[in-house]
Amino acid sequence: MAKIKYHILVCGGTSCQAAKSEEILQKFQDLIKIKGLDNEVQAIRTGCFGFCEQGPVVQLLPDNTFYSRVKPEDCAEIFEGHVIKGTKVPRLQFPVPATGELQGGSSQKGHTRKQIRIALRNCGFINPENMDDYIARDGYQALGKVLTELSPEATIEILKKSGLRGRGGGGFPTGLKWEITRAVTADQKYVVCNADEGDPGAFMDRSVLEGDPHSVLEAMAINGYCTGADKGVIYIRAEYPLAVERLKIAMKQAREYGLLGVDILGTGFNFDIEIRYGAGAFVCGEETALIHSMEGLRGEPTVKPPFPSESGFLGKPTNVNNVETYANIPAIINKGADWFAGIGTEKSKGTKVFALAGKINNVGLIEVPMGITLREVIFEIGGGIKNDRKFKAVQTGGPSGGMLTEKDLDTPIDYDNLIAAGSMMGSGGMIVMDEDDCMVAMAKFYLEFTVEESCGKCSPCRIGNKRLFEMLEKVTQGHAVMEDLDKLRNLSHVIKDTSLCGLGQTSPNPVLSSMANFYHEYLEHVGDKKCRAGSCKSLMQYIIHAENCIGCTLCARNCPVDAISGERKQAHFIDQEKCIKCGACMEKCKFNAIFIK
Amino acid sequence: MEKIKSLADLKKLQENLLAKTELQGNAANSDSRIRVRVAMATCGIASGAREVMEVFIEEFTKRNIDAVVSQTGCMGYCYAEPTVEITLPGNEPITFGFVDVKKASKIIDKYVLNNELVDGIIPVNYETIYHN
Repeated sequence: MAKIKYHILVCGGTSCQAAKSEEILQKFQDLIKIKGLDNEVQAIRTGCFGFCEQGPVVQLLPDNTFYSRVKPEDCAEIFEGHVIKGTKVPRLQFPVPATGELQGGSSQKGHTRKQIRIALRNCGFINPENMDDYIARDGYQALGKVLTELSPEATIEILKKSGLRGRGGGGFPTGLKWEITRAVTADQKYVVCNADEGDPGAFMDRSVLEGDPHSVLEAMAINGYCTGADKGVIYIRAEYPLAVERLKIAMKQAREYGLLGVDILGTGFNFDIEIRYGAGAFVCGEETALIHSMEGLRGEPTVKPPFPSESGFLGKPTNVNNVETYANIPAIINKGADWFAGIGTEKSKGTKVFALAGKINNVGLIEVPMGITLREVIFEIGGGIKNDRKFKAVQTGGPSGGMLTEKDLDTPIDYDNLIAAGSMMGSGGMIVMDEDDCMVAMAKFYLEFTVEESCGKCSPCRIGNKRLFEMLEKVTQGHAVMEDLDKLRNLSHVIKDTSLCGLGQTSPNPVLSSMANFYHEYLEHVGDKKCRAGSCKSLMQYIIHAENCIGCTLCARNCPVDAISGERKQAHFIDQEKCIKCGACMEKCKFNAIFIK
Repeated sequence: MEKIKSLADLKKLQENLLAKTELQGNAANSDSRIRVRVAMATCGIASGAREVMEVFIEEFTKRNIDAVVSQTGCMGYCYAEPTVEITLPGNEPITFGFVDVKKASKIIDKYVLNNELVDGIIPVNYETIYHN
């Protein structure tokens, strides 16, 4: 059988399908049949290309040509011209901006793609357990350059100029942090990698550590050189066994190559790294709590100052940075501050990795330049909302963040804009919600998490959040009165203002932000005892439609709590007091006689 | 493993490694070997990537096909795990999603042996700062 020579790839993403991509695919398949080229040309549907506004998109292989905004009537022209005669159809070709560098796996399209991978540059490309793969892709060159050509001050200057800010969520300028730690005099300093990723729905740091552990090790060594530390500690939760395993392998290989240890690259610089395990407490992502946990103490925060830069691990100056922050650093050193500062917005430079999850078609790990809009992230890269439901909100910043809504869809994403919109960057979890999600229940979900994770040291957080949670429970169960909503808001502000650490200071954010954006839903829960999303079970009623019910008794026999009564061949009735809203009756009914009110 | 004693040593090692991969996996070099990368982060493994990788290794050995199969980290397409990227000599890399054990065999039959694509192709939707 002859090998296939030409591939016609037609985008099968939701948005392209809506623009007749199926018809286009069919046209191409018909043309192949008519011309009798079945053995040489193949037309196939693919996943989303991620530039939906140019759709429908058609890609031709092997010469890697893109056609955009293709209409079914264009298919013959592309087929006759490109496939048969070998002449492209410039009219439909996807614009090729004049960039000298050919970027990406198969990209020839300059900056038309929404994603740029810097922190994830090696993720999915190299074998993370083979250091040679990393070295082949410029691995440890940044460390080499820094040790041989640059002073610590000059290196810090590069970072400051690049505009890199902490990717753990706070957004503190990384170069400045290093400078502060450097300025402190001490006999021993430490650099720490914060790998205590704990937001529900976030997996950015895990992916970096599992896919490219050396980039973090290299950056920690650079940090050590700049701040004057010869010891590094990675604080990672024991719940990440594969990341730990790959880090250990990476550290072993780096030592064998002499890139960790004494006299690195013959420069006299000594640096080594050890791992400390966390037990998976959310509060240990806060740097003072993290340091206490590393010291073997309870993972509780302390008041700052003193900042870890002055007095941290074992009382010594300690520089704590997040995994993703580290992963950016070798690329910045190699490619220069100006290159990095050229990406992003005025005050937020570079890219951000997001874990895109929730009610979205393309759940995934993405890295986008700062300044991209939520609309681009959700409706292009994310491929839109699942099952064609309506977008309602997106939670960024996890339990410390807030909800962004329809009105924020075109806001450029950066540290400052997200705060202005009532949320925050956070570490990069992005949970998309649709019309079936109740915003009060969402706020309750996040609060339940913080109540669980509160360390208990300060009372606003320990007691306040518990009370806040109880109030929300009242709202979702339909027992709340209007005054409760004022109490909810007031208590939220008290907790924010008086808690000791970041966990407590941010824990009421989901409540405040959902109240700001969806107050009408709170009012409906309290006033009308209604949940418009139909997700608060206590506010739902299963009702039997007497006209449709034939009295088959199937529902009554399947009710686990005997809440359904009625004579055989007579309409049945559900006792709302007994009903636990499990839905078993509705599932079993063959006559559509049961509905939800 | 020999210690790398200087930046010059490191650069030399990189050159040697690149020359080696150039021979093996250069897309433009049609004499190069077939390259298969399996995304094996926790999530990939949880959805069956390890078994899929074994199928590729076993089938290639059984059918005497010369290929390099390696694991890699997260490719980012969580919704389509397990994901596998295949580079045939002289071709652009193609990423396949939803690759279970059955589909792995199908990919070998159709794509590796006959250059015929199968459903579930994920177009590359990002740029990276390095050449692939």
